[in-house]
Amino acid sequence: MKLIFERSVSGRGTRYLPDCDVPVTELDSRFLREKAPALPEISENDLCRHYTELEKRAYGVNDGPYPLGSCTMKYNPKVNEAMAALPGFADVHPLQPAHTAAGCLEVLTQTAKYLCEITGMDAMTLTPAAGAHGELTGMMLIRRYHEQRGEKDVRRKVIVPDSSHGTNPATAAMNGLEVVSIPSTPEGLVDLAALAAAVGPDTAGLMLTNPNTLGLFDPHVEEITRIVHEAGGLCYYDGANLNPIMGVVRPGDMGFDCVHLNLHKTFSTPHGGGGPGAGAVGCKAFLAPYLPAPFSAADPEAPEIPAESIGAVKAFAGNFLVIVRALTYLKTLGAAGVRESAQGAVLNANYLKALLADTYEMAQPGYCMHEFVMTLEREKQEKGFTAMEIAKGLLDEGVHPPTMYFPLIVHEALMAEPTETESPESIEALAEAFLRVYRAAEADPEGAHHWPKSTVIGRPDEVEAARHPVVRYVPAQEGTQEA
Amino acid sequence: MADYLAASPADRERMLAKIGAKDITDLYESVPEKLRVKGNLHLPAGLDEMSVRREMEALARKNTVFPTVLRGAGAYRHYIPAVVPEIVSKETFVTAYTPYQAEISQGVLQSIFEYQTVICELTGMDVSNASVYDGATAAAEAAASCRDRRRKTVLVSACAHPDVLRVMKTYAWAADTPLTVVPEKNGRTDMEALAGLLDSSVAAVYVPQVNYYGCIEEAEEAARLAHEAGAKLILGVDPLAAVLLKSAADCGADIAVGEGQQLGMPLSWGGPFLGFMAAKHDMMRKLPGRIVGETKDDAGNRAFVLTLQAREQHIKREKASSNICSNEALCAMTASVYAAAMGPEGLRQAALQSMSKAHYLAQELEKIGWRRAFEADFFQEFVTEAPEGTDIAAALAALEKAGILGGLPLGGGRVLWCATEVVSRQEMDRTAQILKEVRA
Amino acid sequence: MNAPQELKYTKSHEWIREEEGGIWTVGITDFAQDQLGSLVFINLPAEGDDTEAGEPFCDVESVKAASDVMAPVTGTVVEVNEELEDAPEKLNEDPYGAWIARIEGTPADDLMDADAYAAFCEEEG
Repeated sequence: MKLIFERSVSGRGTRYLPDCDVPVTELDSRFLREKAPALPEISENDLCRHYTELEKRAYGVNDGPYPLGSCTMKYNPKVNEAMAALPGFADVHPLQPAHTAAGCLEVLTQTAKYLCEITGMDAMTLTPAAGAHGELTGMMLIRRYHEQRGEKDVRRKVIVPDSSHGTNPATAAMNGLEVVSIPSTPEGLVDLAALAAAVGPDTAGLMLTNPNTLGLFDPHVEEITRIVHEAGGLCYYDGANLNPIMGVVRPGDMGFDCVHLNLHKTFSTPHGGGGPGAGAVGCKAFLAPYLPAPFSAADPEAPEIPAESIGAVKAFAGNFLVIVRALTYLKTLGAAGVRESAQGAVLNANYLKALLADTYEMAQPGYCMHEFVMTLEREKQEKGFTAMEIAKGLLDEGVHPPTMYFPLIVHEALMAEPTETESPESIEALAEAFLRVYRAAEADPEGAHHWPKSTVIGRPDEVEAARHPVVRYVPAQEGTQEA
Repeated sequence: MADYLAASPADRERMLAKIGAKDITDLYESVPEKLRVKGNLHLPAGLDEMSVRREMEALARKNTVFPTVLRGAGAYRHYIPAVVPEIVSKETFVTAYTPYQAEISQGVLQSIFEYQTVICELTGMDVSNASVYDGATAAAEAAASCRDRRRKTVLVSACAHPDVLRVMKTYAWAADTPLTVVPEKNGRTDMEALAGLLDSSVAAVYVPQVNYYGCIEEAEEAARLAHEAGAKLILGVDPLAAVLLKSAADCGADIAVGEGQQLGMPLSWGGPFLGFMAAKHDMMRKLPGRIVGETKDDAGNRAFVLTLQAREQHIKREKASSNICSNEALCAMTASVYAAAMGPEGLRQAALQSMSKAHYLAQELEKIGWRRAFEADFFQEFVTEAPEGTDIAAALAALEKAGILGGLPLGGGRVLWCATEVVSRQEMDRTAQILKEVRA
Repeated sequence: MNAPQELKYTKSHEWIREEEGGIWTVGITDFAQDQLGSLVFINLPAEGDDTEAGEPFCDVESVKAASDVMAPVTGTVVEVNEELEDAPEKLNEDPYGAWIARIEGTPADDLMDADAYAAFCEEEG
């Protein structure tokens, strides 16, 4: 398919602006660029067709199941979008006087109240723009806490289980902290002895996802947080996997001091092809003074931020329109709905697991929470196909594959999270697709290496892409333009 | 109450039977009894869609949508062609995940590749990433990517947007690295002071090409000074001014970063916006976040993939230079749709008209005694000093009453004004008239 | 697996060859490149970098992994094979031709000869 730049024809385009009604200013020529940027010149109709064609070459939540483990690809309610588009939210300047933006402020306070209750935390900032940004903010709070106690340079180690999300160690490193990875038990849980041996006077804290990336809720979580607290460290809850437990059990009650939430996972705001999301951070009261400034540093009405605050992690007050969507969802679900959604997610995951368990080897037996992990290690050794073949085969079935090769502690892993918004029929059809693909791979493992067959492209050459990166379009020389 | 569950009670029974559980609560057997929430959380009951809508619309009505906006300071109201939100709100674009499965994500991947090209054209750079959270975090990430074992200090212009400065400070504090502010002089970065602060410990200098006060900086001079000392120049770029001004690359910048909101995004009370980052070829692998590359599939067809992934957190874990995962992909698409809709001439008009209107407003304000505080050339914003004895708050309140969001008070009698192409001459004349009457 | 007789080897799969004047040429072995898969980038050391035997001194990337290369010599990098910057595939195609750096200094004391290394790889593989 052509790039939009290759559809460009000099002189085309639609006019959107009137003539200038004031004298045109001329700038000192030393500031001016010599050559205009080579941007597309295209009629509005052709522009629309280009993106309609692109849309057909993409896969969204409404195209079919999206069982990406740890991503919580639930249905994105349409009313959320309608509310975010209200001019009373979308056309408000972030530095308007507070009395002209009272509704925006109330969106923040209401959302924070919901999220505090759901997590069992005392305070919440909605400023971070994504989950990883929330992690960064949360770990900064912990860093500040130790700094205030004169231990910033002493407590430099963060304990992270080997099943953790890659963002956890990367976040620790951005905070100038050293990562101590501890192994999981054969049951996929935190090894309490290894944890007890790892903590000490140099421990800044622990970062934990519970339920973890194997889809298991760690029953020893109170013991885990106690061990860390007794060593003087704090406990950080990675809320990426909150969906199956909201309304059922709260991170604050498990002993966590600080938590981030992915509003674009648990609270139904869309992923947008990679963003924007929002990463609210909650904490217990003793960490609240360190929270980032809730307002812009340019806001003349903003009160002075407390000296203990970590400062700011983003301009203005966060990804506000994402927060509007999340609040719409929270109001819709309410007290009972929050719990029922969580239960629905767990039910669907266990149902899918039960439908697949005779064919696919599960990394862990028994009930799971919102997701479960399969391993294709035996198939790789004995049958000549891998997790990759299953994933690519699912593409031909019109299904989005599960998360591949994660968590790192399971070989040939496929991690599936169907979410609560799939109907039983959809789960059953998904399971049938998984089983068909398995049988086909078993019958022709060699052929499976060439899947997918029905997608708009086959397997792309990632090695060449990385060896000799082509990361932007370069216009063809004049006169040699492609037809 | 509404929810989005599809399974009926009968479905649930059937599913539980297959699972081999009696009740949904059985599935939570690993959650210790004493930790479980008893009954419901203390939250309002759920509502039907019509009632939710009423509540949300009531909140939206508590905000004022100003017919006239003469305030910028990092968020700008420009004209957004109807086609832009229409395209960007296509269901698949809105709901898709990060395009890790290239075979079914070519549409998203190609849109990012096109966005990267737009940013490269605006900045003159060789490579752009797929976006970061906003202009402030882009600056902070850029600073981190310039540091190495020997050079840790970052110098930041006092003329940076206050949020950019504050966020850069926070990130620097967390990483235990020094940050020094380069003072302002006459509304621009004090180049002499910059020269004095540069030494072999400095990794990078951050200067905005169009600064917080609207003034155009001597970017080439900043680049020369930084490079003489062996440091990198991170240039803050205004993506609309970039259509007119010398490109970041031509100014000598090593990395160009900025806030992309002006490219088709509404004011949104500050977000979601768009952080863009672009660099010269030799800094390519230092860029954080996702990058899309062009390659071929096994049949030789054009294909796009996420590339250079070994830089990123999901592979490098604690050795990654950034933890970024989710970015602002849909905002990036907004920017490229906006750029394509407007085209080079439309964008030039938007930039030129914004600059011209700001100059007209400055001239009209000058006539009633609101003089510009700085002499430097400016783009679409400028700072005024009000006539002695002016009650700034009263003046802005009078404008507000007339549906005009006036400039941003900076303290000390100074106000930061902005005019863009959507403001008419008539609105600006009326503004001057109201301010004149307030004085009288 | 190919391990030329004239070279010495480390347990972390680097090879080393003595040049004149206490200078050592360093690269990664055939076994290493095979395990790592198609390499797409090498983050080369800089001339003048100090190295310590057994510690990372540069890293290589495949599409889905980044791996450290350990220095077999304690000393200073005196020359770097910059050709690899644009042609990382040479590390796969010709691992013993695609030297990474020349280091002046003292090699580690637990280097293996070709036969010992071949046996070591047999065990690991």
